[in-house]
Amino acid sequence: MDFLIFQVPMLMVQASLDGILLGILFALIAYGMALQWGVMNIINIAQGDLVILGGYIAYTMYLAGIHPAWGVIVSPIIMYFVGWALYKLVINKVVDRDLFISILATFGIAIVFQQLMNFIFGADVVVAQSEYGTTMLFDNSVTLPNSKIFSAFISLLYAVALVIYMKKSRLGRAIRATAQNARAAKILGVDTEKVYAATFGINAALCGIAGALISITLTLHPYVGLPYTVRSFMIVIVAGLGNLPAVAISGMGLGLFEEFADYILGTEFRIGAVFMLLVFILVYRRFKLSKKREYLK
Amino acid sequence: MNKIAKLFITLISALTLTLSSVTSSFAKVEGDMIVLGSAISLTGKYSSNGVHTQNGYNMAVDRINKMGGVKVGGKSYKFEIIYYDDESNPKRAAQLAERLIKQDGVHYMLGPYSSGLTKAIAPVTEKYKIPMVEANGASRSLFTKGYKYLFAVLSPANQYLEVAIDLAVEKNGGKPVKIAQAFEQDAFSQDVRLGILDAAKRTGSKIIIDDKLPKELNDMAATLAKVKATKPDVLVVSGHTKGALTAIRQIAEMKVDVPMLAMTHCDAAKLSKQHGKKSEYALCASQWHKNLSYKDKFFGGGKKYDKDFKKEFGYAPPYQSAESSAALLVFKDAFERANSFDRDKVRDALKATDMQTFYGNIKFGPGGQNVAKPMILFQVRCKGDTCENKVVAPTKWASDKFFHPIPPWSERS
Repeated sequence: MDFLIFQVPMLMVQASLDGILLGILFALIAYGMALQWGVMNIINIAQGDLVILGGYIAYTMYLAGIHPAWGVIVSPIIMYFVGWALYKLVINKVVDRDLFISILATFGIAIVFQQLMNFIFGADVVVAQSEYGTTMLFDNSVTLPNSKIFSAFISLLYAVALVIYMKKSRLGRAIRATAQNARAAKILGVDTEKVYAATFGINAALCGIAGALISITLTLHPYVGLPYTVRSFMIVIVAGLGNLPAVAISGMGLGLFEEFADYILGTEFRIGAVFMLLVFILVYRRFKLSKKREYLK
Repeated sequence: MNKIAKLFITLISALTLTLSSVTSSFAKVEGDMIVLGSAISLTGKYSSNGVHTQNGYNMAVDRINKMGGVKVGGKSYKFEIIYYDDESNPKRAAQLAERLIKQDGVHYMLGPYSSGLTKAIAPVTEKYKIPMVEANGASRSLFTKGYKYLFAVLSPANQYLEVAIDLAVEKNGGKPVKIAQAFEQDAFSQDVRLGILDAAKRTGSKIIIDDKLPKELNDMAATLAKVKATKPDVLVVSGHTKGALTAIRQIAEMKVDVPMLAMTHCDAAKLSKQHGKKSEYALCASQWHKNLSYKDKFFGGGKKYDKDFKKEFGYAPPYQSAESSAALLVFKDAFERANSFDRDKVRDALKATDMQTFYGNIKFGPGGQNVAKPMILFQVRCKGDTCENKVVAPTKWASDKFFHPIPPWSERS
């Protein structure tokens, strides 16, 4: 236990801002997961690896002399097609099966992606430089990297755009209809196959954006995808499917929780605290569900 | 499709059959070949350093074979290495070690890459009494288990940054310093931490922040915010390449001012290349540097090794390659002194090793660690936009002066 944070109040501000900025980024990844989970009933274990692949796309641009921030436009476009292809190759074969099969399939995809990235980009840890500088608050005692502010801003921008798209566009409505009842949607003339492919593509595109942002704020390595999967899984569990504001709030909540756990419990418990919270939430949800009469054990 | 698949399967099985029949015919010494075995990470997360290790081994094998080989009993033998890919996985590494020893009949082993994998293999080589010279497992716990057949050419992990604390105390006018430290939770980094704890005790210094970073973590903002608030005299970070890159990125972005910053894995992380001027003044622990004045007859000196390695593999050798090359020199020397292929005689000869290589002096302590070579520290220094590593400690080999304290970010361009 460490109580430095209570002795130095500015640390509280720093922790809160760091947590919220990071949380918004997590929320973007989680939103993609919630979307395809809701529509296709698939828990994508490869979510984090799609994020990292998106990051490597931005990093490749950086190596080619293009500013990595352009990755937030290029990476989702490429990743959309990666997601689409992935659906056509693997996911469409498991989409109607039970959850276990899809977890197994996406777990396999995760391993293949890790090895492929390792093969193509090498096992070195890499970073892309944005050179965005730093915002200093309260007489330099709180510092916020502009790259983090930028990434939170872009995440919000895309999230809002996606919400509007889902509400207004034809495909968006088809996706929502399929999520509500795939069979009914099919009867009413929605090409669910197309909807599924598009959903998976959109999810991968969201991961691509997040990855590009991670390349300029954190670090990239072929094997660091899993923590992003776990975090987004957790955010979705808390927020429920298909509820974007809840996803955003629970994303920020998770970011805050992580930062404060780091300060108070110690850095070594930071990731452990996330897992503990996950267990706690799962138990709590089960407890709450068991009180409902319609829930069958 | 079906036909092609069948053809494919036939081809693969034919290939495996040939391969297995070839490998099983190897033995410890075949004709004029001394066969060494090594499980090494050619894929998986250690693959880049695994390849550096392999290149180091191969370079030394070629050089020794070209320069007359190993003379045992008046006859000249050549080295040959059987490699298997351990996929950066300790369980796989242990299996492959068994396979090398039992199926391939290897009697002498070279180490894998990383402390974790060496730890997985050491019990196997120990069980079969196979001498292993390793060059990339620095964890202290390897040398406290009483292994009799394990020999490491490198300095143990706890020595990596001890010198840095001494340096900090020296710069503080001999008075104790306040230390902030962040170490990843893995065998190697935690050993580096133990070294710092020892040094702190010895100098009466106080550790004010002692963070342990989870392996998955790539965000150190919380640790660094604490550093900002407590103003230590020295910040020590060790978390492999990820730790080094994350630390430099966030120290620069959060404008954390510390008088001294000491780390590990700067060269493996290509710190000065990836972060440029942001990494300036960082102090890095290293096993080897090309400017050191050690010499041997196979590679000449460090600079010559650097040049030859670049010519052969197209990149500058990191210390992982240099120490791997040194492992072969140790084996050659031991075989010649033992003048026999008897495993125990070779083992005793290894034990009595006392030699100089281009990589440094090598003499094994009771636990098998190299006690004759000090760690060196270099500091990243930049001229314009190009940054270089300059050796600053120990003073005997220092090419440049240690720059202290690090100027605050407000004064850095």
